[in-house]
Amino acid sequence: MQKKKISNKIIFISLTIVTFLLYWYGKEIANYFDSKWLVKYPKHYSFPFAIYTTSFVKWLINEANFWLFTFNDLTRFFAWIIEQPYNVVLAIFSKGILKGQGQDAIQIMEPLSWISVVGIFFTLALYTRDKFLIILVVLSIVYLAVFDQWQSSMITLSSIIIAVPIGVVLGILLGILSYKSKILEKIITPILDLMQTVPVFAYLVPILVMFGFGPVSALIATIIYAMPPMVRTTLLALNNIDPQLKESGLMSGCTERQLMWKVLIPVSKPTLLIGVNQVIMLSLNMVIIASMIGAGGLGYDVLASLRRLDIGGGIESGIAIVVIAIALDRLSQSFANLPTLSKKTQQTFYNKYKKIILLILYIIGIYILGTFFTFFKLFPKELMINTSLFWEELVKYININYFDNLESFKITLLTFFMLPIKKFFLGIPWPWFIFIITIIGWYFGKLKLASLCLLMSIFIVTTGLWEKAMITLYLCGSSVIIASIIGIPLGVWAGLNDRANKILTAFIDTLQTLPSFVYLIPVVMLFRVGDFTAMIAVILYALAPAVRYTAHGVRNINNQIVEAALISGCSQRQLLFKIKLPLALPEILLGINQTIMLALSMLVITALVGTRDLGQEVYIGLTKADIGRGLVAGLCVAFISIIADRIIKAGSNKLKNKYGIK
Amino acid sequence: MSKSPKLVCKNVWKLYGDNPKEFLQSHNNNPDKKTIESAGYIQAIRNASLEVYENEILVIMGLSGSGKSTLVRCMSRLVDPTIGEIFFENIDMGKLTKKELIEIRRHKMGMVFQHFALFPHRTVIENIAFPLEVQGINKKEREKSALEIIELVGLQGRENYFPKELSGGQQQRVGIGRSLAVKPELWFLDEPFSALDPLIRKEMQNEFLKIQNSLKKTIIFITHDFDEAIKLADRIIIMNEGRIVQIGSPEDLIMKPADDYVKEFTEDLPRERLLSVKSIMDNKKETNNSVKVYEDEKIFSILEKVLSEGSVSVIDKSNNVVGSLSKETVSKFINN
Ligand SMILES: Nc1ncnc2c1ncn2[C@@H]1O[C@H](COP(=O)(O)OP(=O)(O)O)[C@@H](O)[C@H]1O
Ligand SMILES: [Mg+2]
Repeated sequence: MQKKKISNKIIFISLTIVTFLLYWYGKEIANYFDSKWLVKYPKHYSFPFAIYTTSFVKWLINEANFWLFTFNDLTRFFAWIIEQPYNVVLAIFSKGILKGQGQDAIQIMEPLSWISVVGIFFTLALYTRDKFLIILVVLSIVYLAVFDQWQSSMITLSSIIIAVPIGVVLGILLGILSYKSKILEKIITPILDLMQTVPVFAYLVPILVMFGFGPVSALIATIIYAMPPMVRTTLLALNNIDPQLKESGLMSGCTERQLMWKVLIPVSKPTLLIGVNQVIMLSLNMVIIASMIGAGGLGYDVLASLRRLDIGGGIESGIAIVVIAIALDRLSQSFANLPTLSKKTQQTFYNKYKKIILLILYIIGIYILGTFFTFFKLFPKELMINTSLFWEELVKYININYFDNLESFKITLLTFFMLPIKKFFLGIPWPWFIFIITIIGWYFGKLKLASLCLLMSIFIVTTGLWEKAMITLYLCGSSVIIASIIGIPLGVWAGLNDRANKILTAFIDTLQTLPSFVYLIPVVMLFRVGDFTAMIAVILYALAPAVRYTAHGVRNINNQIVEAALISGCSQRQLLFKIKLPLALPEILLGINQTIMLALSMLVITALVGTRDLGQEVYIGLTKADIGRGLVAGLCVAFISIIADRIIKAGSNKLKNKYGIK
Repeated sequence: MSKSPKLVCKNVWKLYGDNPKEFLQSHNNNPDKKTIESAGYIQAIRNASLEVYENEILVIMGLSGSGKSTLVRCMSRLVDPTIGEIFFENIDMGKLTKKELIEIRRHKMGMVFQHFALFPHRTVIENIAFPLEVQGINKKEREKSALEIIELVGLQGRENYFPKELSGGQQQRVGIGRSLAVKPELWFLDEPFSALDPLIRKEMQNEFLKIQNSLKKTIIFITHDFDEAIKLADRIIIMNEGRIVQIGSPEDLIMKPADDYVKEFTEDLPRERLLSVKSIMDNKKETNNSVKVYEDEKIFSILEKVLSEGSVSVIDKSNNVVGSLSKETVSKFINN
């Protein structure tokens, strides 16, 4: 045992030394042996995955035929199914009912007025019986009207109203199917893994090609992006149901269908609602991205402002998205936590549906009032507040007065932190890098993990994207390092101190409700474009899990262990460093893992501020509508995150097993 | 007690693992424990055969992991036995279609679970009416039946509470009520009182006996608590590592333990409180004693009489002398 440990250490140290030697002298060695391929993978050996993918998708669209219908018919059918309810919802919230076409259309029925929408959300919030929440929700909706974001907001809201239920229902159905069939579960889990790691941009292109530019494409992309957690949550909830509950359903004489719909699904409801919350948040996260393929609404406003460098407008629309996100998040969370209370008296029909009946009467009343007074129909222009000038002035002020500070901060970090890391990753010859990754895979997960690491990295190298992959690694690595340096101590603090925990949790919850794109806006204004800007945005976006998991790990240590340490005479400091941190380490690792996942997904978005990594490649694929290019680069990102994920999880499990904690 | 078997298990085996049936068959359906374990299987039930008689309370006893739960789940076919047959009212349970099985569960079986297994999203009355609901009985009718049962299990006034608003004892009353909703003939209870505090447990045991006195079900009751077993059982099955070690009345187990495992279970019990005169009396029919005791009386209740008289006659219900009991026999038994 002892011997083995020592030899492990020796291997580790010597591998590290060789790595650094190769990093310093790799080029010389390669030149000496006249084998440049060691440092730079030769272009003519790369395999044209991208071209094949593109022609496959083209074949699908133009020629694929399933006897009765073509692939094209199929996509049109899906589009049609989604389009119908979308048009209805859009009519209710935004357009009203129109007669005629295009410019000559006459509105024969108004959309819901802003006061009615406030009423709807007020009623929804009433069900939670949470005064604070009611106020928050109502203020959020009023905000949209007052700050002149109404039109766009309602378009965005309509797409959420369509995407979420479809995503939830499909997710639950897929979850149920894979719960029932072990084979399907085995097929679907890796697909879900891949879908959650392939950057969104990558599958925007095929959707664009299949469904065309427009809201339907955007909805489909949103649903595909937001659905996986629902499948997972459903599967998890069903698998975790107490077997006795299932048995008691069976012994009560349930058929299989009754068991599912009367017992298993209702029992899982609290967990499923958490899934619904996630679907909502992911849908909102897609708002801006989906506008690249035609979503319209607030997302389009943000994107257009960013392209025009209209900072004020971008911030205004961005804040509107944030406001909607926070309101919907808190609302759906409250519904998930709603306690079931005994109905001690019988309820009459009116009592049961009182709120809804009153709401309908209210909406009708407002509609009638609206025909007399425009205030009830449209929020008056004179009362609207325009903040875009304010934001522009603020940014100007900061840039004028703090430009030097910001700039020197940026340059310091760039020169002394980021560049060395970049050089390191780009300097190591690719064969050695793959070798090391495989060894690490072997150490943590034996043959299975080692071969996964090997195959995936070979894929990356043969696509010819190795260099871009290394830049991705460097950006991701530097962001994760800084995020951990900031996040872990914050997490420890939150783990030890109840007040800090409360404040930090609230803060982080809010950070996490912000769509990823929103982070770019202020950072771009302060630091303009480039790697540094990307890194800061990634850090902000990916910080949360590092804090949260650390706090959880430190907090959830068995109390008896803590007491035993105190009885042994530990000081608080010793308690932290000798007991709590080591025991929390597996959890902290999982937090870092999540941080890496978030960082990678954000990195792709930061391609918009001019990074030269895989994200850029995906983004180019999108702008040029080059399906293969985007997908292949996307797959590379996915593989990087899968390798990181598997290695870290295996490490965390290894530790947990060692300590015997579950 | 009429002695017609309601349920019969014949050579039931249950192994967990891949293709356990093939494994058993390739070992003549009788591999020993070592072979099973080294092949990576878990032996949950090993060659169990038993009969359950109409209207009896059959208690299954054994340490945790001895296969009690698996055995009753085989009887209700919540778990399919690897091999072996189970007959319920002479019907081979293994040959039932899904539909027939559901029919049997809807009308003839009920089960109570250790951790209550109540549906958290349903109120007390909705939980109890659930088995009727899945049969498609209309709301008015099923609530009427449910209310009767709520009265039976003593939960009046709590009809519209949710499970988590009830105490453990009350929750298990709901569990009992739900299992009785279909008026089952065969009633399974898997450690129904193990999760309750001792005092509540006692109260529930008494109530359980009261219910059984009025309903007269055929009951299979699991427990790992010997006191509980003695209190409730007509017959007791002792299980160890998946095997049935002994089947018999409580007195049989104490007087004639099949092996050391059973003996250990019974050793620390207050035997004079559990055994009746019959089990230790001499069969010599001595009629000349002035004091007579009934054969079914527990020993502790006649202790004083024997000790003061030196010897007593034992009579049965119709006052016929069936044996005698001497001071010496009793003191030997107690000091043993
Ligand atoms: N689904 C299962 N898979 C694998 N092993 C099981 C399963 N159910 C029970 N076992 C095993 O079968 C044995 C008997 O379990 P059980 O019948 O629950 O015992 P008891 O109810 O007496 O505590 C135990 O060793 C248990 O681990
Ligand atoms: Mg059990």
